[in-house]
Amino acid sequence: MSESVEIRLTVNGAAVTRRVDARQSLVDFLREELGLTGTRAGCEHGVCGACTLRLDGAIVRACLLFAAQLDGARVETIEGLSDSGEIADLQAAFHRRNALQCGFCTAGMLVTAAALLRRGGVPSREEIRDFLSGNYCRCTGYCAIIDAVEEACRARAEKASP
Amino acid sequence: MSEQPLSFFDRPNSYIGKSVPRPNAQRLLQGRGVFVDDLRLPRLLHAAFLRSPYAHARIKRIDTAAAARRAGVVRVVTAADLAGLYTPWVGVLTHLKGMKSAPQHPLAPDRARWQGEPVAAVAAETRAAAEDALAEIAVEWEELPPLASVEAALAPGAPAIHEALGDNLAFTRTIDAGAVDDAFDRADAVVAETFTFARHTGVCPEPRSILAEFNPADRRLTLYCSSQAPHMMKEIVLRHFPLAEADLRVVCHDVGGSYGIKIHVYPDEMTVIALALMLGRPVKFVADRLESFVSDIHAREHRVAARVAVSKSGEILAIDIDDLTGIGPFSTYPRTSAVEGNQVVNLAGSWYRSPNYRARLRVVFQNKPPMSQYRAVGHPVACAVTEGLVDLAARAIAMDPAELRWRNLIADDAYPWKSPAGLLFEKLSHQRALERMLGMMDYTGLRREQKALRAQGVHRGIGLACFVEITNPGPAFYGVGGAPISAQDGCSLRLEPGGTVTCAISVTEQGQGTETVVAQIVASVLGVALARVRVVTGDTERTPYGGGTWASRGTGIGGEAALQAAKALRANVLTLAGAMLQAAPGGLDIVEGWIVDAGTGARRIGLEEVGRAGYFRGDTLPPGLQPELVATRHHQPRDYPFAFTNGVQASWLELDVETGFVRLLKHWVVEDCGRMVNPLLVDEQIRGGVVQGLGAALFEECLYDAAGQLRNGTLADYLVPMAAEMPDIEVAHLETPLAGTELGAKGVGEAGTAGAPAAVMNAINDALAPFGARVAEQPFTPARILRALGRV
Repeated sequence: MSESVEIRLTVNGAAVTRRVDARQSLVDFLREELGLTGTRAGCEHGVCGACTLRLDGAIVRACLLFAAQLDGARVETIEGLSDSGEIADLQAAFHRRNALQCGFCTAGMLVTAAALLRRGGVPSREEIRDFLSGNYCRCTGYCAIIDAVEEACRARAEKASP
Repeated sequence: MSEQPLSFFDRPNSYIGKSVPRPNAQRLLQGRGVFVDDLRLPRLLHAAFLRSPYAHARIKRIDTAAAARRAGVVRVVTAADLAGLYTPWVGVLTHLKGMKSAPQHPLAPDRARWQGEPVAAVAAETRAAAEDALAEIAVEWEELPPLASVEAALAPGAPAIHEALGDNLAFTRTIDAGAVDDAFDRADAVVAETFTFARHTGVCPEPRSILAEFNPADRRLTLYCSSQAPHMMKEIVLRHFPLAEADLRVVCHDVGGSYGIKIHVYPDEMTVIALALMLGRPVKFVADRLESFVSDIHAREHRVAARVAVSKSGEILAIDIDDLTGIGPFSTYPRTSAVEGNQVVNLAGSWYRSPNYRARLRVVFQNKPPMSQYRAVGHPVACAVTEGLVDLAARAIAMDPAELRWRNLIADDAYPWKSPAGLLFEKLSHQRALERMLGMMDYTGLRREQKALRAQGVHRGIGLACFVEITNPGPAFYGVGGAPISAQDGCSLRLEPGGTVTCAISVTEQGQGTETVVAQIVASVLGVALARVRVVTGDTERTPYGGGTWASRGTGIGGEAALQAAKALRANVLTLAGAMLQAAPGGLDIVEGWIVDAGTGARRIGLEEVGRAGYFRGDTLPPGLQPELVATRHHQPRDYPFAFTNGVQASWLELDVETGFVRLLKHWVVEDCGRMVNPLLVDEQIRGGVVQGLGAALFEECLYDAAGQLRNGTLADYLVPMAAEMPDIEVAHLETPLAGTELGAKGVGEAGTAGAPAAVMNAINDALAPFGARVAEQPFTPARILRALGRV
């Protein structure tokens, strides 16, 4: 049977202390222990991108990390990014363009796209496609997603240098 | 006064035809959707399955004692433990004459017939504990020779996978229309090809999921499903478990992709129901990705030998096809696994004028996972075979492939039309669609560019694919064959006291935008703002009875029910408002939530005032007037068995003849889905469908070895289309409204998947043409292309 480990971390700005099974993945920890179900387990082998979240500022796959590794870490999930308003423009662009259907991949897609947005500038469609190439969407055909990310990048770039 | 009143579609505030974003997408964008795995119930148990590691093996003994003793394990079951709790099911439809299949059980009783078939289940306090216990189940297997390939299963003397059935032929059908032999005899050219379509699978982002909550106190079972058809699921469970109709409720919250995968009966899900009934506790099962690959239904697996006869002048004289398809060891319940092949032979060639058509279909049992209906059932096969033949014929008579299509498509003024296989087309627009396509893609310009680039050693290809698409199926599709699958749908509208409208409808939402489309129709017909319409779907206790969402029926059938319900509620509201205002209801209208004078548009009272009077102030109403602020209407297709749509796709791609890699440069679609309610959603349905078709054409294949073992059953090994490889997809529309309904909408969910593989195949072969090479085996991998080029 697995051992347990105590971890202290920040999740969406709030301090969290929990004792976790050494074998529990980060995605299971968020979903089962904290009720943050916006991060979704799609393949559990790091390919589909549905569990993408921000860890210490970088995007990672929550299914490839153990919760026990996260002592002292700073985790931001779709719930936190939504509540803070940081990606409100991106979410609005996704909504306008219908850049989602079933919505299962959407949180991971948004967290990934948010990392591209933070780089600044307006990437080409090809660059956007490349950047999102680790996030699987079965419904949309990707076109509207690329449109939405492009639109959000452009709007932010225009805001940054009017 | 002589002017016609404006139709619901033309009223200034109509939402019909407008690109309205989906209100229900907001929660998904914030990660606040509710999928089955997001539900939290007290005393929840988690199920995990032990699956057969062999494609074919006898289960000599199973010892579950050690597993049952593990901490956190509540119950371990095998087939023997479930006996008497359910009745087995058989996936046949009576109108598919001569079709046979064998009884299927939640857990394989004595023999496992595919790698992945569930043979034991554990219910435990956590999923991890359940999975740990699986490792402690000891099974003594006796391996049996597997029949993995269709050819092996059909070979003379091959053992029957189910002895009682005698052989492995599940279903066969032939069509022989017109004078096929004569046509081949008098042809100037005959070309033949064998087209192969690999097995692939749905890879829903959310794996199959079910949570069964049984309350033994009142014997009520609630199923939370990731499903497209809650009412069908309820009927199925009632047929096979001892429950009263009133005691079963099926609820579908958000569904993370389905595409036909989540409309079938799966043995593991039936086991979860049995466990919940046994244990009196809620039990959840969410397939993990690895077991999804060997337990979700697979799609396609066809080999089609085909030939076409053509005259020098470019007349297609006859088409002759022979489809051999493998469906695994059981026909899937309740839709069967024969419908896919049946649609191939029904559809092939049907958009061309030739009356001479012959087809043979053989549907074969084998030791692989069950194959059944997946998005665009049969269409991509029929389309690739037909359109592949047309391109071959064009090459044989040295005619431009667009020109050959133009000369043979059913003329736009020739409807109604009956195809040689008996399909009835009410009104289609093939010629206009092709004309539009050639303009949109600048066909002649692309041909020039292609020629110029060829001279520089750049090999690009252009591929066209015309198609028809089956939508809005009537009761002749499943109901007539004995399946508890409703072809009708119902919509119930209630005016609330505050003037908003609650709409309960039996078609369901998996992200296509069903709820938005229905709200648009209701808001437009009733005369209220979209935000005032709240749509409820996916709950057998809260919606009228109906089929759900599959075969592109949501808008065409559900939308018409919604339109008629809104008309009925509108009449009821105006009756009450007329009494309140002492005005003739016919002189009143509803606009933006207000009762107005129809003539002047002057606002009289708000809908909330009507609602309040109806519910709270009956004392102010004339004697004898009973307000009826709920209206329900149903709709089912009656005039035609299906509402066909039509379209054309085109692919422009570049082939690296050194590596065999294909780069998709651009994809175009022209589609006629009748009246469009929401072009934004229609476009995305088409694009998503195209990409599923592109996956089948270029990447997706369940690779099996001779022992029936899946060799690429992970998402790292099984390739799906990702953003980087996909082209921009341009979509244009024609609108030929469907007769027989006021809404005039047809479906659009299959079209993209139907035509994309054919367009890509033809484009690849167009690029390969200078090398005298061609491919016909999907997916068109670099290795297959290099083999065709003779480079490997």
